[in-house]
Amino acid sequence: MARDRLLARDRIVPLLILAAVLLVWELAIPVLQVPRWVLPPPSAVVQALIRDQRLLLHHLTVTLEEVGLGLAFSVLLAIVLAIGIVSSRLVERSVYPFVIASQAVPIVALAPILLIWFGYGLTPKVIVVVLVCFFPIAVNLVDGLRGVDPEFVDLVRSFGGTSWQTLRVVRIPGALPAFFSGLRVAAAVSVIGALIGEWVGSSAGLGYLMIRAASQFYTDRVFAAVLVSAVVSIGLFGFVSVVERFALPWRRPARTET
Amino acid sequence: MTSGPLPWRVELRHVTKTFYRGRQALTVLGPLDLRVSDREFVGLVGPSGCGKSTLLNVIAGIEQPTSGEVWLDGEPAPERLGRVAYMHQRDLLLPWRTVLDNAILPLELRGIPRREAAARARPWLERFGLAEFTRAYPAQLSGGMRQRVAFLRTLLADRPLILLDEPFGALDALTRASLQEWLLTLWEELDRTVILVTHDVEEALFLSDRVLVLSPRPGRIVREIMVDLPRPRPYEIVTDPRFVRLKAEILAELRARSTLEVPLDGT
Repeated sequence: MARDRLLARDRIVPLLILAAVLLVWELAIPVLQVPRWVLPPPSAVVQALIRDQRLLLHHLTVTLEEVGLGLAFSVLLAIVLAIGIVSSRLVERSVYPFVIASQAVPIVALAPILLIWFGYGLTPKVIVVVLVCFFPIAVNLVDGLRGVDPEFVDLVRSFGGTSWQTLRVVRIPGALPAFFSGLRVAAAVSVIGALIGEWVGSSAGLGYLMIRAASQFYTDRVFAAVLVSAVVSIGLFGFVSVVERFALPWRRPARTET
Repeated sequence: MTSGPLPWRVELRHVTKTFYRGRQALTVLGPLDLRVSDREFVGLVGPSGCGKSTLLNVIAGIEQPTSGEVWLDGEPAPERLGRVAYMHQRDLLLPWRTVLDNAILPLELRGIPRREAAARARPWLERFGLAEFTRAYPAQLSGGMRQRVAFLRTLLADRPLILLDEPFGALDALTRASLQEWLLTLWEELDRTVILVTHDVEEALFLSDRVLVLSPRPGRIVREIMVDLPRPRPYEIVTDPRFVRLKAEILAELRARSTLEVPLDGT
Protein backbone atom coordinates (compact mmCIF):
# COMPACT_ATOMS: atom_id res chain seq x y z
CA MET A 1 0.00 0.00 0.00
CA ALA A 2 2.62 2.50 1.07
CA ARG A 3 4.74 1.45 -1.88
CA ASP A 4 1.88 1.94 -4.32
CA ARG A 5 1.36 5.41 -2.96
CA LEU A 6 5.05 6.18 -3.37
CA LEU A 7 4.95 4.95 -6.96
CA ALA A 8 1.92 7.11 -7.69
CA ARG A 9 3.69 10.11 -6.20
CA ASP A 10 6.74 9.44 -8.36
CA ARG A 11 4.55 9.64 -11.42
CA ILE A 12 2.32 12.52 -10.44
CA VAL A 13 4.94 15.00 -9.24
CA PRO A 14 6.86 15.21 -12.57
CA LEU A 15 3.57 15.66 -14.42
CA LEU A 16 2.55 18.47 -12.07
CA ILE A 17 5.87 20.23 -12.60
CA LEU A 18 5.49 19.94 -16.38
CA ALA A 19 1.94 21.27 -16.20
CA ALA A 20 3.07 24.21 -14.06
CA VAL A 21 5.85 25.14 -16.51
CA LEU A 22 3.45 24.98 -19.46
CA LEU A 23 0.87 27.05 -17.59
CA VAL A 24 3.36 29.80 -16.70
CA TRP A 25 4.58 29.82 -20.32
CA GLU A 26 1.02 30.04 -21.64
CA LEU A 27 0.03 32.87 -19.30
CA ALA A 28 3.26 34.86 -19.51
CA ILE A 29 3.10 35.39 -23.27
CA PRO A 30 -0.02 37.60 -23.41
CA VAL A 31 1.01 39.38 -20.21
CA LEU A 32 4.50 40.21 -21.51
CA GLN A 33 3.12 40.82 -25.00
CA VAL A 34 5.58 38.50 -26.72
CA PRO A 35 4.80 38.25 -30.44
CA ARG A 36 3.80 34.79 -31.64
CA TRP A 37 6.60 34.58 -34.18
CA VAL A 38 9.15 35.06 -31.38
CA LEU A 39 7.71 32.55 -28.92
CA PRO A 40 4.35 30.87 -29.48
CA PRO A 41 2.40 29.74 -26.41
CA PRO A 42 2.05 25.95 -25.86
CA SER A 43 -1.54 26.10 -27.08
CA ALA A 44 -0.36 27.49 -30.43
CA VAL A 45 2.20 24.68 -30.73
CA VAL A 46 -0.55 22.13 -30.11
CA GLN A 47 -2.71 23.89 -32.72
CA ALA A 48 0.17 23.76 -35.21
CA LEU A 49 0.65 20.10 -34.41
CA ILE A 50 -2.97 19.35 -35.29
CA ARG A 51 -3.20 21.76 -38.23
CA ASP A 52 0.07 20.54 -39.85
CA GLN A 53 -0.24 16.86 -38.96
CA ARG A 54 -0.09 15.66 -42.57
CA LEU A 55 2.91 17.82 -43.32
CA LEU A 56 4.65 16.69 -40.14
CA LEU A 57 3.87 13.05 -40.83
CA HIS A 58 5.28 13.31 -44.36
CA HIS A 59 8.57 14.80 -43.15
CA LEU A 60 8.67 12.46 -40.15
CA THR A 61 8.69 9.37 -42.38
CA VAL A 62 11.68 10.77 -44.29
CA THR A 63 13.61 11.40 -41.07
CA LEU A 64 12.62 8.02 -39.64
CA GLU A 65 13.98 6.27 -42.72
CA GLU A 66 17.33 8.05 -42.32
CA VAL A 67 17.43 7.24 -38.61
CA GLY A 68 16.43 3.59 -39.11
CA LEU A 69 18.97 2.93 -41.85
CA GLY A 70 21.62 4.90 -39.97
CA LEU A 71 21.10 2.92 -36.77
CA ALA A 72 21.14 -0.40 -38.63
CA PHE A 73 24.43 0.43 -40.35
CA SER A 74 25.83 1.75 -37.06
CA VAL A 75 25.11 -1.55 -35.33
CA LEU A 76 26.75 -3.52 -38.16
CA LEU A 77 29.79 -1.26 -38.27
CA ALA A 78 30.13 -1.27 -34.48
CA ILE A 79 29.96 -5.09 -34.29
CA VAL A 80 32.59 -5.52 -37.00
CA LEU A 81 34.88 -2.92 -35.42
CA ALA A 82 34.45 -4.21 -31.87
CA ILE A 83 35.14 -7.84 -32.76
CA GLY A 84 38.17 -6.75 -34.80
CA ILE A 85 39.49 -4.55 -32.01
CA VAL A 86 38.99 -7.20 -29.34
CA SER A 87 40.46 -10.11 -31.28
CA SER A 88 43.53 -8.47 -32.82
CA ARG A 89 46.04 -6.14 -31.28
CA LEU A 90 47.04 -4.99 -34.75
CA VAL A 91 43.48 -4.02 -35.61
CA GLU A 92 43.16 -2.30 -32.26
CA ARG A 93 46.35 -0.25 -32.75
CA SER A 94 45.54 0.72 -36.32
CA VAL A 95 41.77 1.23 -36.15
CA TYR A 96 40.91 2.45 -32.67
CA PRO A 97 42.65 5.86 -33.10
CA PHE A 98 40.57 6.51 -36.22
CA VAL A 99 37.40 5.48 -34.42
CA ILE A 100 38.13 8.06 -31.73
CA ALA A 101 39.29 10.68 -34.25
CA SER A 102 36.01 10.31 -36.10
CA GLN A 103 34.34 11.85 -33.07
CA ALA A 104 36.68 14.85 -33.09
CA VAL A 105 35.60 15.85 -36.60
CA PRO A 106 32.85 18.47 -36.35
CA ILE A 107 29.91 16.91 -38.12
CA VAL A 108 28.53 20.34 -39.04
CA ALA A 109 31.69 20.92 -41.09
CA LEU A 110 31.68 17.47 -42.58
CA ALA A 111 28.03 17.49 -43.68
CA PRO A 112 28.49 20.00 -46.54
CA ILE A 113 31.35 17.90 -47.92
CA LEU A 114 29.16 14.81 -47.82
CA LEU A 115 26.60 16.87 -49.69
CA ILE A 116 29.15 17.59 -52.44
CA TRP A 117 30.09 13.93 -52.64
CA PHE A 118 26.71 12.26 -52.37
CA GLY A 119 24.15 14.89 -53.34
CA TYR A 120 20.85 15.82 -51.74
CA GLY A 121 19.51 12.30 -51.33
CA LEU A 122 19.33 9.81 -48.49
CA THR A 123 23.00 8.74 -48.45
CA PRO A 124 24.67 11.78 -46.80
CA LYS A 125 22.05 11.83 -44.02
CA VAL A 126 22.50 8.15 -43.29
CA ILE A 127 26.27 8.69 -43.17
CA VAL A 128 25.89 11.51 -40.65
CA VAL A 129 23.62 9.33 -38.49
CA VAL A 130 26.20 6.51 -38.64
CA LEU A 131 29.01 8.90 -37.69
CA VAL A 132 27.06 10.01 -34.63
CA CYS A 133 25.74 6.58 -33.64
CA PHE A 134 28.36 3.91 -34.26
CA PHE A 135 30.75 5.32 -31.68
CA PRO A 136 28.79 4.77 -28.45
CA ILE A 137 27.79 1.28 -29.62
CA ALA A 138 31.33 0.28 -30.63
CA VAL A 139 33.00 1.62 -27.48
CA ASN A 140 30.48 -0.05 -25.17
CA LEU A 141 30.70 -3.30 -27.09
CA VAL A 142 34.50 -3.33 -26.88
CA ASP A 143 34.28 -2.79 -23.12
CA GLY A 144 31.60 -5.47 -22.82
CA LEU A 145 33.55 -8.08 -24.77
CA ARG A 146 36.69 -7.30 -22.75
CA GLY A 147 34.92 -7.19 -19.42
CA VAL A 148 33.87 -10.83 -19.49
CA ASP A 149 35.04 -12.74 -16.43
CA PRO A 150 38.19 -14.65 -17.48
CA GLU A 151 37.16 -17.53 -15.22
CA PHE A 152 34.09 -18.07 -17.41
CA VAL A 153 36.47 -18.45 -20.33
CA ASP A 154 38.58 -20.95 -18.35
CA LEU A 155 35.43 -22.86 -17.46
CA VAL A 156 34.45 -23.31 -21.11
CA ARG A 157 38.03 -24.28 -21.96
CA SER A 158 38.12 -26.84 -19.15
CA PHE A 159 35.08 -28.52 -20.72
CA GLY A 160 36.98 -28.70 -23.99
CA GLY A 161 35.24 -25.72 -25.61
CA THR A 162 36.80 -24.07 -28.68
CA SER A 163 37.50 -20.35 -28.90
CA TRP A 164 34.49 -19.97 -31.21
CA GLN A 165 32.33 -21.65 -28.56
CA THR A 166 33.80 -19.33 -25.94
CA LEU A 167 32.73 -16.38 -28.07
CA ARG A 168 29.24 -17.74 -28.54
CA VAL A 169 28.61 -19.04 -25.04
CA VAL A 170 30.44 -16.51 -22.88
CA ARG A 171 31.68 -13.39 -24.64
CA ILE A 172 28.68 -12.41 -26.75
CA PRO A 173 25.97 -12.96 -24.12
CA GLY A 174 28.23 -11.33 -21.52
CA ALA A 175 28.68 -8.27 -23.72
CA LEU A 176 24.98 -7.80 -24.51
CA PRO A 177 24.18 -5.51 -21.55
CA ALA A 178 26.98 -3.14 -22.57
CA PHE A 179 25.86 -3.35 -26.20
CA PHE A 180 22.37 -2.27 -25.23
CA SER A 181 23.70 0.62 -23.14
CA GLY A 182 25.53 1.85 -26.22
CA LEU A 183 22.50 1.28 -28.43
CA ARG A 184 20.27 3.30 -26.09
CA VAL A 185 22.63 6.27 -26.27
CA ALA A 186 22.88 5.88 -30.05
CA ALA A 187 19.10 5.73 -30.43
CA ALA A 188 18.68 8.92 -28.41
CA VAL A 189 21.21 10.92 -30.45
CA SER A 190 20.39 9.41 -33.84
CA VAL A 191 17.62 11.93 -34.57
CA ILE A 192 20.06 14.83 -34.05
CA GLY A 193 22.34 13.25 -36.66
CA ALA A 194 19.52 13.09 -39.17
CA LEU A 195 18.46 16.70 -38.44
CA ILE A 196 22.02 17.97 -38.97
CA GLY A 197 22.19 16.10 -42.26
CA GLU A 198 18.92 17.66 -43.35
CA TRP A 199 19.83 21.20 -42.30
CA VAL A 200 22.84 21.23 -44.59
CA GLY A 201 20.90 20.36 -47.69
CA SER A 202 17.71 18.45 -48.30
CA SER A 203 14.24 18.63 -49.72
CA ALA A 204 12.40 16.74 -47.02
CA GLY A 205 12.59 15.64 -43.39
CA LEU A 206 11.86 17.25 -40.04
CA GLY A 207 15.14 19.19 -40.18
CA TYR A 208 14.24 20.58 -43.58
CA LEU A 209 10.79 21.49 -42.26
CA MET A 210 12.30 23.35 -39.28
CA ILE A 211 14.64 25.42 -41.47
CA ARG A 212 11.93 26.27 -43.95
CA ALA A 213 9.34 27.12 -41.29
CA ALA A 214 11.87 29.26 -39.40
CA SER A 215 12.75 31.25 -42.51
CA GLN A 216 9.05 31.96 -42.97
CA PHE A 217 8.59 32.87 -39.28
CA TYR A 218 6.17 29.96 -38.73
CA THR A 219 7.64 29.64 -35.27
CA ASP A 220 4.77 27.49 -34.00
CA ARG A 221 5.50 24.98 -36.79
CA VAL A 222 9.19 24.95 -35.82
CA PHE A 223 8.21 24.13 -32.26
CA ALA A 224 5.82 21.44 -33.44
CA ALA A 225 8.60 19.83 -35.50
CA VAL A 226 11.00 20.04 -32.53
CA LEU A 227 8.37 18.41 -30.35
CA VAL A 228 7.89 15.58 -32.85
CA SER A 229 11.63 14.89 -33.13
CA ALA A 230 11.98 14.90 -29.34
CA VAL A 231 9.15 12.40 -29.06
CA VAL A 232 10.88 10.23 -31.69
CA SER A 233 14.13 10.31 -29.69
CA ILE A 234 12.41 9.36 -26.47
CA GLY A 235 10.42 6.71 -28.32
CA LEU A 236 13.53 5.13 -29.83
CA PHE A 237 15.22 5.12 -26.43
CA GLY A 238 12.15 3.46 -24.93
CA PHE A 239 11.93 0.97 -27.78
CA VAL A 240 15.53 -0.14 -27.26
CA SER A 241 14.85 -0.48 -23.53
CA VAL A 242 11.86 -2.71 -24.23
CA VAL A 243 13.85 -4.88 -26.66
CA GLU A 244 16.59 -5.09 -24.02
CA ARG A 245 14.13 -6.31 -21.40
CA PHE A 246 13.04 -9.12 -23.69
CA ALA A 247 16.54 -9.97 -24.87
CA LEU A 248 18.01 -10.06 -21.37
CA PRO A 249 15.38 -11.71 -19.16
CA TRP A 250 18.05 -12.66 -16.64
CA ARG A 251 18.66 -9.01 -15.81
CA ARG A 252 15.11 -8.37 -14.69
CA PRO A 253 14.89 -7.93 -10.95
CA ALA A 254 14.35 -11.26 -9.22
CA ARG A 255 10.78 -12.14 -8.40
CA THR A 256 10.09 -12.31 -4.70
CA GLU A 257 10.17 -15.84 -3.34
CA THR A 258 6.82 -17.43 -2.64
CA MET B 1 42.72 -53.83 -19.39
CA THR B 2 42.02 -57.44 -18.56
CA SER B 3 45.48 -58.19 -17.24
CA GLY B 4 47.84 -56.34 -14.97
CA PRO B 5 47.07 -53.53 -12.54
CA LEU B 6 44.97 -50.59 -13.66
CA PRO B 7 47.04 -47.54 -14.56
CA TRP B 8 46.89 -44.49 -12.33
CA ARG B 9 43.87 -42.37 -13.17
CA VAL B 10 46.09 -39.33 -12.88
CA GLU B 11 49.79 -39.07 -12.30
CA LEU B 12 51.92 -35.97 -11.79
CA ARG B 13 55.63 -36.44 -12.47
CA HIS B 14 57.90 -33.84 -10.97
CA VAL B 15 55.54 -31.02 -11.79
CA THR B 16 56.59 -27.44 -11.10
CA LYS B 17 54.89 -24.16 -11.97
CA THR B 18 56.62 -20.82 -12.10
CA PHE B 19 54.94 -17.55 -13.04
CA TYR B 20 56.94 -14.79 -14.64
CA ARG B 21 56.03 -11.16 -14.33
CA GLY B 22 58.61 -9.08 -16.13
CA ARG B 23 61.95 -10.16 -14.67
CA GLN B 24 60.39 -11.55 -11.51
CA ALA B 25 59.93 -15.28 -11.26
CA LEU B 26 57.58 -16.77 -8.70
CA THR B 27 57.58 -20.51 -8.20
CA VAL B 28 54.23 -21.47 -6.75
CA LEU B 29 54.31 -25.21 -7.11
CA GLY B 30 56.52 -28.20 -6.81
CA PRO B 31 58.43 -30.19 -7.52
CA LEU B 32 55.44 -32.36 -6.88
CA ASP B 33 54.67 -36.03 -7.52
CA LEU B 34 51.15 -37.36 -7.16
CA ARG B 35 49.44 -40.58 -8.09
CA VAL B 36 45.75 -41.13 -7.77
CA SER B 37 44.14 -44.48 -8.49
CA ASP B 38 40.74 -45.07 -10.00
CA ARG B 39 37.75 -44.29 -7.76
CA GLU B 40 39.92 -42.80 -5.11
CA PHE B 41 38.91 -39.70 -3.18
CA VAL B 42 41.97 -37.61 -2.43
CA GLY B 43 41.91 -34.49 -0.29
CA LEU B 44 44.58 -31.81 -0.60
CA VAL B 45 44.94 -29.41 2.30
CA GLY B 46 47.35 -26.56 2.65
CA PRO B 47 47.70 -22.98 3.79
CA SER B 48 46.23 -20.30 1.55
CA GLY B 49 48.52 -19.32 -1.28
CA CYS B 50 50.22 -22.71 -1.45
CA GLY B 51 49.32 -23.16 -5.09
CA LYS B 52 46.34 -25.48 -4.57
CA SER B 53 44.24 -23.87 -7.28
CA THR B 54 47.22 -23.72 -9.62
CA LEU B 55 47.70 -27.44 -9.10
CA LEU B 56 44.12 -28.13 -10.20
CA ASN B 57 44.49 -25.75 -13.16
CA VAL B 58 47.55 -27.74 -14.22
CA ILE B 59 45.75 -31.08 -13.88
CA ALA B 60 42.77 -29.75 -15.85
CA GLY B 61 45.08 -28.44 -18.56
CA ILE B 62 44.05 -24.79 -18.21
CA GLU B 63 47.70 -24.15 -17.39
CA GLN B 64 50.72 -26.16 -18.44
CA PRO B 65 53.41 -27.07 -15.91
CA THR B 66 56.73 -25.23 -16.20
CA SER B 67 58.47 -28.58 -15.92
CA GLY B 68 57.32 -32.14 -15.37
CA GLU B 69 54.47 -34.09 -16.90
CA VAL B 70 50.84 -34.87 -16.28
CA TRP B 71 49.66 -38.38 -17.15
CA LEU B 72 46.09 -39.53 -17.48
CA ASP B 73 45.13 -43.21 -17.50
CA GLY B 74 48.69 -44.38 -17.93
CA GLU B 75 49.66 -42.09 -20.81
CA PRO B 76 51.26 -38.66 -21.04
CA ALA B 77 48.49 -36.12 -21.61
CA PRO B 78 49.98 -32.85 -22.85
CA GLU B 79 46.56 -31.74 -24.13
CA ARG B 80 44.03 -32.43 -21.40
CA LEU B 81 41.34 -29.78 -21.83
CA GLY B 82 37.96 -31.45 -21.82
CA ARG B 83 39.22 -34.72 -20.34
CA VAL B 84 38.81 -33.72 -16.71
CA ALA B 85 35.71 -32.31 -15.01
CA TYR B 86 36.63 -29.26 -12.97
CA MET B 87 34.51 -27.44 -10.42
CA HIS B 88 35.94 -24.09 -9.48
CA GLN B 89 35.89 -22.32 -6.16
CA ARG B 90 33.24 -19.88 -7.42
CA ASP B 91 30.15 -21.51 -8.83
CA LEU B 92 30.76 -19.74 -12.18
CA LEU B 93 27.17 -20.15 -13.30
CA LEU B 94 26.57 -18.08 -16.42
CA PRO B 95 24.05 -15.46 -15.26
CA TRP B 96 22.28 -15.36 -18.63
CA ARG B 97 21.56 -19.09 -18.62
CA THR B 98 18.83 -20.86 -16.72
CA VAL B 99 19.61 -23.63 -14.26
CA LEU B 100 18.99 -26.25 -16.96
CA ASP B 101 21.12 -24.51 -19.58
CA ASN B 102 23.93 -24.04 -17.09
CA ALA B 103 23.84 -27.68 -16.09
CA ILE B 104 23.95 -29.01 -19.65
CA LEU B 105 26.72 -26.64 -20.78
CA PRO B 106 29.39 -29.38 -21.02
CA LEU B 107 27.05 -31.55 -23.09
CA GLU B 108 26.22 -28.61 -25.35
CA LEU B 109 29.92 -27.90 -25.87
CA ARG B 110 30.35 -31.47 -27.04
CA GLY B 111 27.66 -30.96 -29.65
CA ILE B 112 24.91 -32.99 -27.99
CA PRO B 113 21.49 -31.61 -29.04
CA ARG B 114 19.76 -29.58 -26.36
CA ARG B 115 16.74 -31.86 -26.18
CA GLU B 116 18.85 -34.94 -25.57
CA ALA B 117 21.07 -33.11 -23.07
CA ALA B 118 18.00 -31.91 -21.18
CA ALA B 119 16.62 -35.44 -21.07
CA ARG B 120 19.88 -36.65 -19.63
CA ALA B 121 19.92 -33.89 -17.02
CA ARG B 122 16.31 -34.26 -15.90
CA PRO B 123 16.65 -37.19 -13.45
CA TRP B 124 19.67 -35.51 -11.91
CA LEU B 125 17.91 -32.19 -11.49
CA GLU B 126 15.26 -34.04 -9.55
CA ARG B 127 17.83 -35.87 -7.48
CA PHE B 128 19.60 -32.58 -6.70
CA GLY B 129 16.36 -30.94 -5.58
CA LEU B 130 16.44 -28.54 -8.52
CA ALA B 131 13.50 -29.86 -10.54
CA GLU B 132 11.30 -26.85 -9.78
CA PHE B 133 14.04 -24.39 -10.63
CA THR B 134 15.12 -25.55 -14.08
CA ARG B 135 13.93 -22.29 -15.66
CA ALA B 136 15.24 -20.02 -12.89
CA TYR B 137 18.27 -17.81 -13.41
CA PRO B 138 21.27 -18.11 -11.07
CA ALA B 139 20.54 -14.73 -9.49
CA GLN B 140 17.28 -16.16 -8.16
CA LEU B 141 18.97 -19.05 -6.33
CA SER B 142 20.51 -19.39 -2.88
CA GLY B 143 24.23 -20.05 -2.48
CA GLY B 144 23.71 -23.74 -1.69
CA MET B 145 21.50 -24.24 -4.74
CA ARG B 146 23.95 -22.47 -7.02
CA GLN B 147 26.69 -24.76 -5.77
CA ARG B 148 24.52 -27.80 -6.48
CA VAL B 149 23.91 -26.59 -10.04
CA ALA B 150 27.65 -26.10 -10.49
CA PHE B 151 28.27 -29.60 -9.18
CA LEU B 152 25.63 -31.08 -11.44
CA ARG B 153 27.29 -29.37 -14.39
CA THR B 154 30.60 -30.95 -13.37
CA LEU B 155 28.94 -34.33 -13.08
CA LEU B 156 27.22 -34.07 -16.46
CA ALA B 157 30.61 -33.46 -18.07
CA ASP B 158 30.75 -37.24 -17.57
CA ARG B 159 34.47 -37.57 -16.93
CA PRO B 160 36.01 -40.22 -14.70
CA LEU B 161 38.14 -37.64 -12.90
CA ILE B 162 36.56 -34.73 -11.01
CA LEU B 163 38.52 -31.83 -9.55
CA LEU B 164 36.87 -29.88 -6.77
CA ASP B 165 38.38 -26.55 -5.71
CA GLU B 166 36.96 -25.61 -2.29
CA PRO B 167 33.46 -26.34 -3.55
CA PHE B 168 31.79 -25.37 -0.29
CA GLY B 169 34.13 -22.58 0.74
CA ALA B 170 31.67 -19.74 0.31
CA LEU B 171 28.75 -21.36 2.16
CA ASP B 172 27.58 -21.08 5.73
CA ALA B 173 28.49 -23.90 8.13
CA LEU B 174 25.09 -25.62 8.10
CA THR B 175 24.61 -25.65 4.33
CA ARG B 176 28.18 -26.76 4.03
CA ALA B 177 27.81 -29.72 6.36
CA SER B 178 24.68 -30.96 4.60
CA LEU B 179 26.28 -30.60 1.17
CA GLN B 180 29.34 -32.52 2.35
CA GLU B 181 27.17 -35.39 3.49
CA TRP B 182 25.24 -35.22 0.26
CA LEU B 183 28.45 -35.28 -1.81
CA LEU B 184 29.68 -38.27 0.13
CA THR B 185 26.57 -40.38 -0.48
CA LEU B 186 26.64 -39.37 -4.10
CA TRP B 187 30.29 -40.30 -4.55
CA GLU B 188 29.82 -43.65 -2.85
CA GLU B 189 27.44 -44.71 -5.62
CA LEU B 190 29.24 -43.06 -8.56
CA ASP B 191 32.36 -44.53 -10.06
CA ARG B 192 34.35 -41.33 -10.07
CA THR B 193 37.78 -40.33 -8.96
CA VAL B 194 37.86 -37.08 -7.02
CA ILE B 195 40.63 -34.68 -6.12
CA LEU B 196 39.36 -32.18 -3.57
CA VAL B 197 41.28 -29.06 -2.62
CA THR B 198 40.30 -27.39 0.63
CA HIS B 199 41.72 -25.57 3.61
CA ASP B 200 39.13 -27.20 5.84
CA VAL B 201 40.88 -30.16 7.46
CA GLU B 202 37.65 -31.66 8.78
CA GLU B 203 36.09 -31.55 5.31
CA ALA B 204 39.12 -33.28 3.79
CA LEU B 205 39.12 -36.02 6.41
CA PHE B 206 35.40 -36.58 6.30
CA LEU B 207 35.33 -37.09 2.54
CA SER B 208 38.70 -38.55 1.55
CA ASP B 209 40.43 -41.90 1.39
CA ARG B 210 43.74 -40.14 1.59
CA VAL B 211 44.71 -36.63 2.68
CA LEU B 212 47.80 -34.90 1.37
CA VAL B 213 49.25 -31.92 3.20
CA LEU B 214 50.85 -29.23 1.07
CA SER B 215 53.60 -26.90 2.21
CA PRO B 216 53.42 -23.10 1.88
CA ARG B 217 54.57 -21.72 -1.45
CA PRO B 218 56.03 -23.36 -3.44
CA GLY B 219 53.49 -26.10 -2.73
CA ARG B 220 54.93 -29.55 -2.25
CA ILE B 221 53.44 -32.65 -0.66
CA VAL B 222 54.89 -32.88 2.83
CA ARG B 223 52.65 -35.46 4.42
CA GLU B 224 50.39 -38.26 3.31
CA ILE B 225 47.72 -39.54 5.66
CA MET B 226 45.58 -42.59 4.94
CA VAL B 227 42.08 -42.11 6.29
CA ASP B 228 41.23 -45.65 7.36
CA LEU B 229 37.77 -44.76 8.59
CA PRO B 230 34.95 -47.07 7.53
CA ARG B 231 32.46 -46.11 4.84
CA PRO B 232 29.70 -45.15 4.62
CA ARG B 233 30.60 -42.40 7.02
CA PRO B 234 27.90 -40.73 9.06
CA TYR B 235 28.51 -37.11 9.98
CA GLU B 236 28.94 -38.10 13.63
CA ILE B 237 32.27 -39.61 12.70
CA VAL B 238 33.85 -36.19 13.20
CA THR B 239 33.71 -36.89 16.94
CA ASP B 240 35.24 -40.37 16.61
CA PRO B 241 38.59 -40.53 18.48
CA ARG B 242 40.39 -41.81 15.37
CA PHE B 243 39.03 -38.88 13.36
CA VAL B 244 40.05 -36.42 16.03
CA ARG B 245 43.56 -37.89 16.20
CA LEU B 246 44.04 -37.61 12.43
CA LYS B 247 42.72 -34.06 12.50
CA ALA B 248 45.15 -33.09 15.25
CA GLU B 249 47.99 -34.64 13.30
CA ILE B 250 47.21 -32.67 10.14
CA LEU B 251 46.65 -29.43 11.99
CA ALA B 252 49.98 -29.81 13.77
CA GLU B 253 51.69 -30.40 10.45
CA LEU B 254 50.06 -27.31 8.94
CA ARG B 255 50.80 -25.14 11.94
CA ALA B 256 54.45 -26.17 12.14
CA ARG B 257 54.97 -24.92 8.60
CA SER B 258 52.69 -21.94 8.39
CA THR B 259 54.19 -20.08 11.40
CA LEU B 260 57.16 -19.29 9.21
CA GLU B 261 54.86 -17.28 6.96
CA VAL B 262 53.23 -15.19 9.67
CA PRO B 263 54.98 -11.87 10.21
CA LEU B 264 55.88 -11.37 13.86
CA ASP B 265 55.13 -7.67 14.04
CA GLY B 266 51.50 -8.32 13.17
CA THR B 267 51.35 -6.24 10.00
